Amino acid sequence: MAAPMLQWARAGRCWLLGPCPRRMILLFAEPGPGRVRGQSSAAAQEPRPGAQEWAAVVGLEIHVQISSNSKLFSGSQVTFLAPPNSLVSFFDASLPGTLPVLNRRCVEAAVMTGLALNCTVNKKSLFDRKHYFYADLPAGYQITQQRRPIAINGSLTYSLGVGALWSPSATKTVRIKQIQLEQDSGKSLHDDMRSQTLIDLNRAGVGLMEVVMEPDMSCGDEAATAVKELQLILRALGTSQANMAEGQLRVDANVSVHHPGEPLGVRTEVKNLNSIRFLAKAIDYEIQRQIKELENGGKILNETRAFDEKLGCTVSMRDKEGKQDYRFMPEPNLPPLILYDTESLPMGADPQQVVNIDRIRESLPELPSVTRERLVEQYGILPEHSFALLNEDGLLEFFQNVMKETRAEPKKVIGWILSTFLGYLKQRNLAVSESPVSPSSLAELLSLLDDKVISQPAAQQVFEELWQNQGKSPGQIVQEKKLELLHQQEELEEICQAVLDQHPQEVMAVKKGNHKVVNKLIGLARRATLGRADPVKIKQILEKQLQ
Amino acid sequence: MWCRPLQSVLRTGLTPVTRSWKAKVRACRFAKSESVKGQSGELPTPPPASRPGCRVSAELIEHLERLALVDFRNQEGVERLHKAVEFAGQLRAVDTDGVAPMESVLEDRCLYLRTDNVVEGNCVEDLLQNSQQTVEDYFVAPPGNISLPKLSEQDPVTPS
Repeated sequence: MAAPMLQWARAGRCWLLGPCPRRMILLFAEPGPGRVRGQSSAAAQEPRPGAQEWAAVVGLEIHVQISSNSKLFSGSQVTFLAPPNSLVSFFDASLPGTLPVLNRRCVEAAVMTGLALNCTVNKKSLFDRKHYFYADLPAGYQITQQRRPIAINGSLTYSLGVGALWSPSATKTVRIKQIQLEQDSGKSLHDDMRSQTLIDLNRAGVGLMEVVMEPDMSCGDEAATAVKELQLILRALGTSQANMAEGQLRVDANVSVHHPGEPLGVRTEVKNLNSIRFLAKAIDYEIQRQIKELENGGKILNETRAFDEKLGCTVSMRDKEGKQDYRFMPEPNLPPLILYDTESLPMGADPQQVVNIDRIRESLPELPSVTRERLVEQYGILPEHSFALLNEDGLLEFFQNVMKETRAEPKKVIGWILSTFLGYLKQRNLAVSESPVSPSSLAELLSLLDDKVISQPAAQQVFEELWQNQGKSPGQIVQEKKLELLHQQEELEEICQAVLDQHPQEVMAVKKGNHKVVNKLIGLARRATLGRADPVKIKQILEKQLQ
Repeated sequence: MWCRPLQSVLRTGLTPVTRSWKAKVRACRFAKSESVKGQSGELPTPPPASRPGCRVSAELIEHLERLALVDFRNQEGVERLHKAVEFAGQLRAVDTDGVAPMESVLEDRCLYLRTDNVVEGNCVEDLLQNSQQTVEDYFVAPPGNISLPKLSEQDPVTPS
């Protein structure tokens, strides 16, 4: 990329910008007073004359669709694919004479998410109307929580990885400004040919949690990692499936750049991000674009930009004439939402009508960060393994099921699961749930390997067989293909001796001091045993016989 | 409630600044809660918005028309807007120091929480009845928002 590399601004501030960083590349500029001179781990380039440091600031607004049976203010169903306008009630279509009725499950989901993100849950929160005109918003306003959201002042901790073999290097925290409940809008399908828009209101009124993060991040990688961690938390809580491809998690990024020490620059909003990968790409592209623009003497407009995945760049969306005025007003049809804890719970209250924050806090499921620590402690695996286990849906359960049925060591099991098993899945683009190998089969295979009934290469063969034919168990395959290890010492010695007799030249070479030939002999012996012997044993026997 | 005197003024028409205004304000303050200061009977100065000459600018009119999609149409409409703003300005006469604003007349009510069951939906035909144009169970709308013509392009505001 022609754009200048960015510099370490201050200790603790993120730094690098440029193509998605796997190595830290730093450019030395003129060190100013009080500037920290960073260490470079890769080549330091010649400083460009007049090159100044840039720091980027990224804030995220994340809309999470709440996983519930019915919508936030009406009793129509929430589901992904359905005939157009079939999941729409009179309230969702904003027909006159309808009123909003709050869904208890959505309130609980918001409280759970707030507690999981260390937020302060507001015991009293208020609903407001946000007015704007668009065809997919039938009422002309969206019911949201602008003045007093349901949860404020939380934090999300995530770990960045460095290097090809990912290992947690830095733990960062991003502050959560607030979490609010709001309605989703409908879907519009643009038909440019006939110059019309088709409106489907199935999604209108679905409960959303808007998670507003403070601008504590400074590159696409950090933003992507934070969003991934949020996804894992939401899935562990069960409050949302957080699937970006299905639109259950939508991220808008606010990006700006500035020179460290100066006030923040003008920010642009980047929308239309459909996956975590594009999120990182779009943010990095936007940062570079802004830097280029400012260095060429241009100005950044406070606008909304969309990410074009094919071109890999952001393009300006509709131009807003000035700032949108949403004319916020209190929602007149909804009283304040009051939440209770065990102390303030009124006596004799209907349990259906009260939400007890303490009760919800007690029933929170295990969060991903706690799970990772527990795995490391329980099984003695490395932190990066526990990260990898949690990153793939269903992999943790698979691993635990295998561990239940096998005597093999966790480290060996992890090795098989993360390299062989996961490798096979990724090659064929399958999810863990679609795996043809069941946990018990793998457990049996690993037990056989552990008991030294078969050798490592034989085990790989058996695994391949298991993958292709679901019917058989590892034991059966081993017997059929005669893959058991030869343990008989005499038999092995005979075979090795035969190999040595057949290759006298190599034997001479070894005796003269060429030890590399031993490997060739080992290979020949292994082939002679049809892979049924432990390579270590073969080596021992050969070495003994060669003396 | 204190809004009753104002309601009666509303019924009689938009005449905010009258001799009876002072009496109305006194009635307001009498009916108000004890936390209002200055109950000794001193009358407040007339609210600034009731001064004639405080006009709403043409740009603001255009902005309001765009936001709320209302049409002030002619000078009489704009006049009525001015009168409404002046009338609402009377609220500033009331001393609200130390009083939390009322967000909703329902603030003492309990917000009812509904159980998460599916009880509505599946009424496509009824909903589509309301729409002139539909395409295969979808509502039809023009592409994007159609922006209002700018003030200079519009017909000038006609005098009443």
